[in-house]
Amino acid sequence: MTCTEFLAQLDDLIDNEVTVALRADLEEHLRECEHCEITLNTTRKTIEIYRSHEIYVLPEEVRVRLEKAILAKCRKC
Amino acid sequence: MSTIQTSGSTEQVHPDVLLVERARGGDVSAFEKLVRQYDRQVFRIANHITQNREDAEDVVQDAFLKAYEKLDQFQGNSKFYTWLVRIAVNEALMRLRKRRTGKMVSIDEDVETEEGSMPRDLADWSPDPEALYGQSEMGEILKKTIQGLPQGFRVVFVLRDVEGLSTEETADALGLSVPAVKSRLLRARLQLRERLAKYFRKNGKTGGAK
Repeated sequence: MTCTEFLAQLDDLIDNEVTVALRADLEEHLRECEHCEITLNTTRKTIEIYRSHEIYVLPEEVRVRLEKAILAKCRKC
Repeated sequence: MSTIQTSGSTEQVHPDVLLVERARGGDVSAFEKLVRQYDRQVFRIANHITQNREDAEDVVQDAFLKAYEKLDQFQGNSKFYTWLVRIAVNEALMRLRKRRTGKMVSIDEDVETEEGSMPRDLADWSPDPEALYGQSEMGEILKKTIQGLPQGFRVVFVLRDVEGLSTEETADALGLSVPAVKSRLLRARLQLRERLAKYFRKNGKTGGAK
């Protein structure tokens, strides 16, 4: 397996959507290719970091204001 | 006491569907539950698209109002949340168009780039990159980095990886094909990884100072 072939399967590997046979091939490539291993691990970390850090937080007071405005308009619909 | 039996059927009705049914019948408190359940997510998605806090607040209002007005059109063959996200994405793009008068705005923007399709930065990262930065500095790095992605990649990454929609739901919400979502997701992930590498690589942080 080449690095390009590995990369084509990267997302499916991360998302656990590969067959057992394909996973074995991908893991074999990883044992021989440090670059792909780093790419896999750091891509996983990228996703994990974005999942665990809420970049845009809706403050509670704004949330309450928006909800009131939405529901007031709904009642007039 | 009356109970609804779905004789022999193991199919579960999503609680949102029941709330939608009640809201359709004029029960605003049922719709209020849906608003409270999803307003944070809609705000985040809108912020990622418009990159403007006030616009994102307006999108939250407009998207829920439009959803309320169009509740009759909700078919129930997709999740309410996916349907709501589709409305919110359209509202956010419209808001962006208003800001950038004359400029085209779409989720297909700049997706032809080849940038990031092959990893270039192959240095390993620090074992705990989050420990390298304080909470607010980290927030700024993540915000700046994701803002630099083309719109068409950013929105796919946000829906799929941050908000947890499936590939099919993301395709449905954005009006894209499943292969288009997959291709954009891979490139979004690789581009973000590439851009974060300068902050998180081993042997000291080199990011921050330019």
